[in-house]
Amino acid sequence: MTAFWAWFVAIGTIVFVIWCVWLVSWSAKQGPQGKEDEDLVGHKWDGDLEEWNNPAPKWWLYLYFITIAWGIGYMIAYPGIGAFEGVLGWSQEGQYEEEMANAQARYAPIYEGFAAMGFEALAEDPEALALGGSLFASYCTTCHGSDARGAPGYPNLTDGDWQWGGTEQDIITSITNGRIGIMTPWAQVLGSDEAVDNMVRYVQSLSGIVEADEAAMSAQPQFTTLCAACHTPAGTGNPLLGAPNLTDDIWLYGSSDEAIRNAIVNGLQGEMPAHGEFLGENRTRILAAYVYSLSQ
Amino acid sequence: MRHEQIEKNVNLMMVLIVIAISIGGLVEIIPLMLSSDATDPDEGITPYSALRLAGRDVYVAEGCYNCHSQMIRPFRSETERYGPYTTAGETVYDRPFQFGSKRTGPDLARVGGRYSDDWQRLHLIDPRALVPESNMPGYPWLADRMVDPELITAKMKALQTLGDPYTDEQIAAAASEVEGKSELDALIAYLQGLGINRRSRR
Repeated sequence: MTAFWAWFVAIGTIVFVIWCVWLVSWSAKQGPQGKEDEDLVGHKWDGDLEEWNNPAPKWWLYLYFITIAWGIGYMIAYPGIGAFEGVLGWSQEGQYEEEMANAQARYAPIYEGFAAMGFEALAEDPEALALGGSLFASYCTTCHGSDARGAPGYPNLTDGDWQWGGTEQDIITSITNGRIGIMTPWAQVLGSDEAVDNMVRYVQSLSGIVEADEAAMSAQPQFTTLCAACHTPAGTGNPLLGAPNLTDDIWLYGSSDEAIRNAIVNGLQGEMPAHGEFLGENRTRILAAYVYSLSQ
Repeated sequence: MRHEQIEKNVNLMMVLIVIAISIGGLVEIIPLMLSSDATDPDEGITPYSALRLAGRDVYVAEGCYNCHSQMIRPFRSETERYGPYTTAGETVYDRPFQFGSKRTGPDLARVGGRYSDDWQRLHLIDPRALVPESNMPGYPWLADRMVDPELITAKMKALQTLGDPYTDEQIAAAASEVEGKSELDALIAYLQGLGINRRSRR
């Protein structure tokens, strides 16, 4: 706030307080129009109908003064008069910093204790899991579900299948930096609708959803040259690229004809946003241990 | 002055009432409107791009503020969940700001980048497809409604008149930026930009 506006506020506030004091005192002194009989206000109707002076009770008047006195005290203690910061030195930022510092002092030793524990031990420690569970509820459930079983396109974390690897370091990296899994569209490369249909059938045959018949096997050469780069020739996937294992019965985007066809024709773009900056190192590790524990 | 003179003179009474009720506004509102604390943008805060501006209008039109606030208060319980608290300098280009006071859903002040674009798309069309417990309504029609390029150009010109530092080149490019975009695209662009100027928790 510039000096001009600080003074504007300060003078405006002080003048207004003084004016309030004057107004209350002035109206309290108002007598009944200077008449000799002080109990009558001087109005007269129909010859003999007169109005009594009936002032507000004294305690009411005192309430005004008490309120004004309280207001003055408040403005001396707290910021309010322009740039004056108040004798208590209170500020909104200061209160927040104090709250954070208290929390730091209280929780830092707990986090340090967890940081010193091994990952496996952390994943079995009830306190760490309670903390991890509440972190999971706050940050992860919107995509992975409150039961951590995911949704189409959002991995199930309880099944023990790790698209990007399930070690301590892998999980921590996934949470810290996020993951972007891209499958490019392949329809044009495969050439024809029939070729796409055959590839869908071949992919389904890898996990035994359908029989590996002639139509399916006709797509094998193309799978070996095109898809194997990420999914490996056997279709078992590659955690370094986030390429899913196609031979198990876990299907991130679904195993129906349409779902697999859509993946091949339009490609897929899975994205887990980065959370490292937000969570910090200690929490990320506790959260990772919790996630790890879900599939144990 | 006798109080009867005021009470029996309506015009004088009106003038005095206006003066009396103006004092609070003069002392509390006017300085904030003109002081640099509340009018200078924070570092990294720029006027909304054409697409995000269109998305912001969708946000307002659909009444998102009825359930979502955009105001992280300076308490630990808020900053732990949502990120650094909101400052006045972050909302200088919001006309009006979307602080809100109702949180049926979570605060959105720093929702930018928290979810992928695909998540936002699916979730806006059918929230329960992703979050079974959600009580947010779906907004599937946004995908079919297109942003009007001419309207956005006119809005940016109006905001430029009000003092938002849009360049003439930005306004000239606005129509092509939103060409062929749906209201859903615009809303997602708006959401993904919310609060990303300050991300880290501490």
